[in-house]
Amino acid sequence: MEKRFMKGCEAIAEAAVLGGCRFFAGYPITPQNEIPEYLSWRLPEVGGAFVQGESEVASINMVYGAAATGKRALTSSSGPGISLKAEGISYLASAQLPAVIVNISRGGPGLGSIQPAQSDYLQATKALGHGGFRAMVFAPATLQEAVDLTYNAWDYAERYRNPVMILMDGCLGAIMEEVELPEMKETTFENTEDWCLARVGGRTDSHMITPILPEPALELLNKGKAMQYKMWEMLDTKVEEFMLEDAEYVVVAYGIAARVAKEAILRLREEGYKVGMVRPITLYPFPKASLDNLDYSKVKGVIDIEMTIPAQMREDIELQVKGRCPVHEYGRSGGMLLDDEGVYDAIAEIVKGGE
Amino acid sequence: MVSINSMMCKGCGYCIKFCPKHILEMGKERSEKGHFYPVMTNKDACINCAICALMCPEGAIEVSSDRA
Amino acid sequence: MAEYKRPSSLMPMATGYCPGCMHALATRLVADAIDELQQADNAINVVSVGCSALNLYSWKGDVIGSAHGRAPAVATGIKRCLPDRLVFTYQGDGDLAAIGLAEIMSAANRGENFTVIFANNQTYGMTGGQMAPTTLIGQKTTTTRFGRDALTTGYPLKMCELISVLEAPVFVARYALNSVKGVQDAKKGIKKAFEMQLAGKGFTFIELLTNCPTNWGMNPLDTLDYMNTNTIPYFKPGIYKDKEAEA
Repeated sequence: MEKRFMKGCEAIAEAAVLGGCRFFAGYPITPQNEIPEYLSWRLPEVGGAFVQGESEVASINMVYGAAATGKRALTSSSGPGISLKAEGISYLASAQLPAVIVNISRGGPGLGSIQPAQSDYLQATKALGHGGFRAMVFAPATLQEAVDLTYNAWDYAERYRNPVMILMDGCLGAIMEEVELPEMKETTFENTEDWCLARVGGRTDSHMITPILPEPALELLNKGKAMQYKMWEMLDTKVEEFMLEDAEYVVVAYGIAARVAKEAILRLREEGYKVGMVRPITLYPFPKASLDNLDYSKVKGVIDIEMTIPAQMREDIELQVKGRCPVHEYGRSGGMLLDDEGVYDAIAEIVKGGE
Repeated sequence: MVSINSMMCKGCGYCIKFCPKHILEMGKERSEKGHFYPVMTNKDACINCAICALMCPEGAIEVSSDRA
Repeated sequence: MAEYKRPSSLMPMATGYCPGCMHALATRLVADAIDELQQADNAINVVSVGCSALNLYSWKGDVIGSAHGRAPAVATGIKRCLPDRLVFTYQGDGDLAAIGLAEIMSAANRGENFTVIFANNQTYGMTGGQMAPTTLIGQKTTTTRFGRDALTTGYPLKMCELISVLEAPVFVARYALNSVKGVQDAKKGIKKAFEMQLAGKGFTFIELLTNCPTNWGMNPLDTLDYMNTNTIPYFKPGIYKDKEAEA
């Protein structure tokens, strides 16, 4: 295990290579440019290919082609670029192609702002493209977590033959932290040889990869996927539960917002207030049980902290709270950052006001 | 020898139009799919040039060198 | 004396194309070339959206469907990962010259080592015959009821001419499929493009002038004459670029 002091975007890029990624296509957009810049020299070193696409649209379709060969493919972008990739991501889902899409998110809507924001939660978890499909969404809060989730992302993508998204805001993309890098994974067609275009595993028959299906087959695919989404919920939900045992107030936050919120919680604990946190690591599947199973005889309020206005995770939270306590929200938006004081004040007001 | 697969033929008539010996014509029978399809009127005059096969969009015509 | 056998890359059944549709002829010519080069097990057909998508169901070899206009991007991803395979896109004119203009020009400009087969029938066949970027001036379509008017819709796009001015492409040619000579030349051109790709020479582009009897509202045989008097004078067949011949 090698330890390195790395910038968020570069850590993700290196983790992708170590995780077996051998193809990247992308288009410049702030704040994720360090990913393509890093991979432009790194991928050729390991026999992979890097293409700077003429657009986000072209890039996601290059990834679609590369994924069809059975190799591990990646694209990255930010808000507006992810919107452009939406069609291609839907095609990946329908053709059942594994690929990883990184969104280093910024202020929105529109061209928005190039400063960090968590403005793409709804897009990532509910509607990555047309047609009604889902993708797993990983939301790291530290660079080590980003490395670990990226490193293993293709294992999920290939197991379920489905795109996977890593959603990380521009703060985490830009900060530097020490990370422990895992060993380079062996590149193999082990999980893809049954259906991919590469003639591997001694096959002689031909393969068809198609984003269009006869109606009964399409319905069958959708039914299978619906079952698969349930399975993710049972097997693959990742969550950090922090100081929940005696909590009277529960903060829900992910990514950078969770880091800021944790500081505020520790400060409030020192002051004697019983505050805990549920931090979704997978935004989809959403950690429903962590919120559903709270002891609502004790919990007086749930506080959704997000770096976006209005809060986007709120409906998912409310569906689990089921009216058993009030749900509050606090956030900053448009590229204005959450800070320690603001988050502390917001939580403290609710917690102390409840006395 | 020219053999025409009536199951693939859609009766466009290109083979008839381009046959240099003018020995193909549209038949009177319909295929199982409901298309009229060409028949050869004079097998002896066929020079096996395979132009009919070249111009057939569906690949419904095959040509072999043996004469039957 | 000649022999002809149905190419092995095609399914043993009729295509989904209308009677007399030259999409079927174009597909068969590509399959012929693949058989002659013994590449049936090595070829990957990258199909796009429109009538060209019907290729998905008549192609027996490896085949992948892609989003509207994006076949050159998909082919880029495939070829960069599997450089030894014979990769080609099969695209219509709406797909390639309208919605996919950025992808085709950029792939050509990068000199991607694959072949583009471009079937130009001057209409959107699959959606019912709307104006295409290649629809001729005066040609009636469902969105140009009184004929295409250059004043409001511009002029038909000449893709071979556009692509041949780029530095990277190595072979760019246009053929008309309404005559024996045209089809014979097209077959040779497709084969040459594939050979150049297999030799690693770079981007090759084959435009095939085709018809659409259904949406032109014509008997298939009448489309042959229509192409002679209307299509061919505007879209002139010929070899627009051949780096091998220049060398």
